[in-house]
Amino acid sequence: MMGDLQMRVTALHDEAAGVRRVRLEPVEGGPLPAFSGGAHVVVAMQDGAVIRRNPYSLCCDPEDRTGYEIAVARAAASRGGSAYIHERLGIGEVLTVGAPTNLFQPDWRAKKHILVAGGIGITPFVAMMAQFARAGLAFELHYAVRSRAAAAFAGVLQDRYGPRVKIYAADEGARLPLAALVENQPLGTHLYTCGPERLMEAVLDTARAAGWPDQALHSEHFMAPPPGDPFTVTLAGSGREVAVGPDQSLLEALEAAGLSPRYLCRGGVCGECATKVVELRGTILHGDHFLTPEERAESRTIMICMSRFSGDRLVLDL
Amino acid sequence: MDTAYSATHRPETFREETFRGDFSYANSPENIRHFPFPFHEDQYRYSVNIEPHVPGRPGSAFEHLIDVDEHYVAEMADRAQVLAEDPLRYQALPHMMLAQWDTLELLMEEQARAYPHLFTLERNGDRWRWINRPLGIDDSFTFGDPSTLPREPLDYICRQTQGDIALMDQRDGNLWLDAGMITAQADWSLDFDVGMNFHEWHAPVPLAPQMGVFDRALKYLLNLQLGKPVRRLNWTMTINPRLDTSPENYPKWGPDRTTVTPDNVGQKVHLRVELQSLWRLPRSNGMLFVIRSYMMRMDEVVTVPKWGRRLPRVLETLPQELAEYKGLSRYRQTTIDWLKRHDDGAPTSPGIFPD
Repeated sequence: MMGDLQMRVTALHDEAAGVRRVRLEPVEGGPLPAFSGGAHVVVAMQDGAVIRRNPYSLCCDPEDRTGYEIAVARAAASRGGSAYIHERLGIGEVLTVGAPTNLFQPDWRAKKHILVAGGIGITPFVAMMAQFARAGLAFELHYAVRSRAAAAFAGVLQDRYGPRVKIYAADEGARLPLAALVENQPLGTHLYTCGPERLMEAVLDTARAAGWPDQALHSEHFMAPPPGDPFTVTLAGSGREVAVGPDQSLLEALEAAGLSPRYLCRGGVCGECATKVVELRGTILHGDHFLTPEERAESRTIMICMSRFSGDRLVLDL
Repeated sequence: MDTAYSATHRPETFREETFRGDFSYANSPENIRHFPFPFHEDQYRYSVNIEPHVPGRPGSAFEHLIDVDEHYVAEMADRAQVLAEDPLRYQALPHMMLAQWDTLELLMEEQARAYPHLFTLERNGDRWRWINRPLGIDDSFTFGDPSTLPREPLDYICRQTQGDIALMDQRDGNLWLDAGMITAQADWSLDFDVGMNFHEWHAPVPLAPQMGVFDRALKYLLNLQLGKPVRRLNWTMTINPRLDTSPENYPKWGPDRTTVTPDNVGQKVHLRVELQSLWRLPRSNGMLFVIRSYMMRMDEVVTVPKWGRRLPRVLETLPQELAEYKGLSRYRQTTIDWLKRHDDGAPTSPGIFPD
């Protein structure tokens, strides 16, 4: 049985310029559960008085039952998690890690898997490729980076998988050949993309324009709650008011106020934190990928991990 | 709590019995108290009733997450016979191989952990050795390499696990029934349902779709977490202790329903309970669905006074549509009349367990 795990930091490694890989091993000893490529874990970090809970893709071999690894890019405007991991996290520190959850799993029916990564979006693909290689499945990785120095895992992946890995470094003038990528693929090919929003949009638009069905297209959005103007939320049950700071998500503010709302991905994808809106005078700034456009317009539900509010009064069914 | 009940569940001997022909299946007194009686109150109420599948009361069917009881060896023999007559009771679409290995690992680990006197799993990297003492099996194989097992991994382990097994693939925001071994089903067919999604295979259930039950259940299951399985109980009634009440075999068991008389209710009518558990699988991110069936004839039910009082009260409040769906309309009243002789009208305690 597995709930949250206490895991110790056993290695810190700079995988590339600005990308730190963290190895975590269970305090109680192994073996850890295997997981599926594309899975993430929510890592809780005690940073001074603040508990930071961030989701990170697992970027190790799912059959390595002795530890899990994550890789974290140094964010220019860190909300705290990235700066904490880069500046303050030390070997030996114990973190609370949730069970692996997968919202970006491979479609196992695929005849071939094409992976398109941009920057730190490489992480879920590291685990996926380990699974594909073990199962003898056809795959190729197309990896766009600013420079080879910033290309986390590039060397190790090329060593492991040879010509199935292609790197496109912007500072060398190389660009993802998107149109060529989606042409003439065997029937039953699936395409996965993870990286900056603009890159993912370009990948998906190109594939759709070439006639790919939506069921064959998979993407994972970076899962950091957007900052914004502070606001106040009222809890219907108690009438209590909770202030949400500019760098805090609504979910984080509720947790800091001692509540324990349900959540899974903390990135607006899974739907677990859907919360009923009881009263609304103002506008919900929906930041999730879960609600339909109609549901967004109605605003009877808010995904508290990603969405914010602007206006006079927001009362939630909490 | 009496000592027999509070004792841990540890099957030592296995009954020689049949689920067809002379129907010699019966429960020992200990196994009656082990039974997962599904009604926690005196009236029927529809609910999805999902709860965490965590180890429960010692001695009960909930003590171990994969339950093995005195019927294990006989059930496995009946399953082998069903499969010999109809190989399509086992099916696995090609993309389910990783989920097959996930399932083999889970069922071996759970059974070996709960019943070390019956099962042993030795792991040395990918080299595994599995010992199943009740069935006389001792096999070494390479985890992940199907050529090292005598059958596909799912086929192999399902022949050594009580309960029907369905594997679901998760994709496109839905669950797809893409593999399984179904030999003890309450009137549904793997061959018919294989490849269907969650809404498609639940379409025949009355009332629930209008209540939005399946939309909510699907949303819930799509977020089911690794290491946090859930369970629910489902129930029906079966005439004669026949495990294989499949659509394929309807001519064999359908007519049994016309044979119930006031004199044979105690022997012929069985309460049939499914302890259904759902598990997220680690490597495939698929879902394992275990449908473990328990049967207890009315003579056995009334040996537990609380259950003898409660069952007729529940049957009286069951909506007619559900009685039809469960196939008990024809003998419901006869059964209630028989059970009423064991109901003195006394109040019953809350919860499902015997007093």
